[in-house]
Amino acid sequence: MHYSNEQIILAILLMALVTFLPRFLPLLFLSRRKLNPMLRVWLSYVPVAVLTALLGPALFMAEGTLTIQPSLNPYFWAALPSFAVALLTRNMFLTVLTGMGAVAILRLLV
Amino acid sequence: MHDGIFRRKFTGLFLFNKEEMIRGFFKGFPVILGYFPIGFAFGILATNVGMTVFHTFLMSLMVYAGSAQLIAVGLLESQVGLLTLTITTFLVNLRHLLMSAALSPSLGHLSRLQQALFSYELTDETFAVHSIDFNKEKKTPKCRIFVTNILAHLSWIVSSILGAWTGSLLSDLEAWGLDYALPAMFIALLVFQLRTMRHFFIATISLLLSTYLFWGMGGHWYVIITTLITATIGLIMEKWYLNHNTPDIENGES
Repeated sequence: MHYSNEQIILAILLMALVTFLPRFLPLLFLSRRKLNPMLRVWLSYVPVAVLTALLGPALFMAEGTLTIQPSLNPYFWAALPSFAVALLTRNMFLTVLTGMGAVAILRLLV
Repeated sequence: MHDGIFRRKFTGLFLFNKEEMIRGFFKGFPVILGYFPIGFAFGILATNVGMTVFHTFLMSLMVYAGSAQLIAVGLLESQVGLLTLTITTFLVNLRHLLMSAALSPSLGHLSRLQQALFSYELTDETFAVHSIDFNKEKKTPKCRIFVTNILAHLSWIVSSILGAWTGSLLSDLEAWGLDYALPAMFIALLVFQLRTMRHFFIATISLLLSTYLFWGMGGHWYVIITTLITATIGLIMEKWYLNHNTPDIENGES
């Protein structure tokens, strides 16, 4: 690598700045303000929308392709028992343990 | 009296409620667990492209963004300029705008400094656990919020340093399925949020749309585009639902 120590540290500082600003500015400007009711409703759907948007590719894709073949994509199959356990028990620890266990077993068997 | 004010301010910022500290720990536990394999992977890759252990530590301390850090390592390996690196990082992390906005109505009780500290440690995962908590309880105790955030951040820093030092444990972690801790946590948090059929519908659309967009165009815009579209569909559905189901009292004359 051709970067000097100072260049890497500068890179880290720049990255820190552009990561922090989008995290902070909305909170700074919106938190003490009475929001428009429409905007409030819209924002109330953001958590579900973001969570599933992050999950989609993680569950349906593996190694850059769309696949649910168990040997390539254990994540999709482990999601099924995880989903069931979350729905039935409402317990995050059991869900995480189930998911991890399912992936471990799939890797062992398939 | 002066002492009393000082104490109140101090406990307001810091964390002396034992019960809330324990709740904060348990709230953050899946995140703490889930960051380990990813932080490890980052540490290994970072040293492989020539970053020192100190650089790895500094990046995990100051940037604290999993996907952006992993991408940065790839970019440094291909010798890009700092401007490219900065712009890419900005674009990858732009999705946090939406998360910060979504949490903002619940964080009015924090001081500006506390809000800055909270934002500094706002990640996909801490966002997910907080959004559940804030839904259940307005004005969530600061103690619980910051214990979760600080422990998650510590886990990220420690695991990336360990990865940079040892660089070999990763396959063992995968054999235990530890890399699935975060997806499984997301599944649990998602299920807890499905309060109405509308939420279920929105989740299904978002799951399919994000997969389609990522498959079709790759990159990092898929999260933001999917969120903008599906939250808007949610808003339209809710307005429509309220227009057709509002009790007469609230509708006034109608």
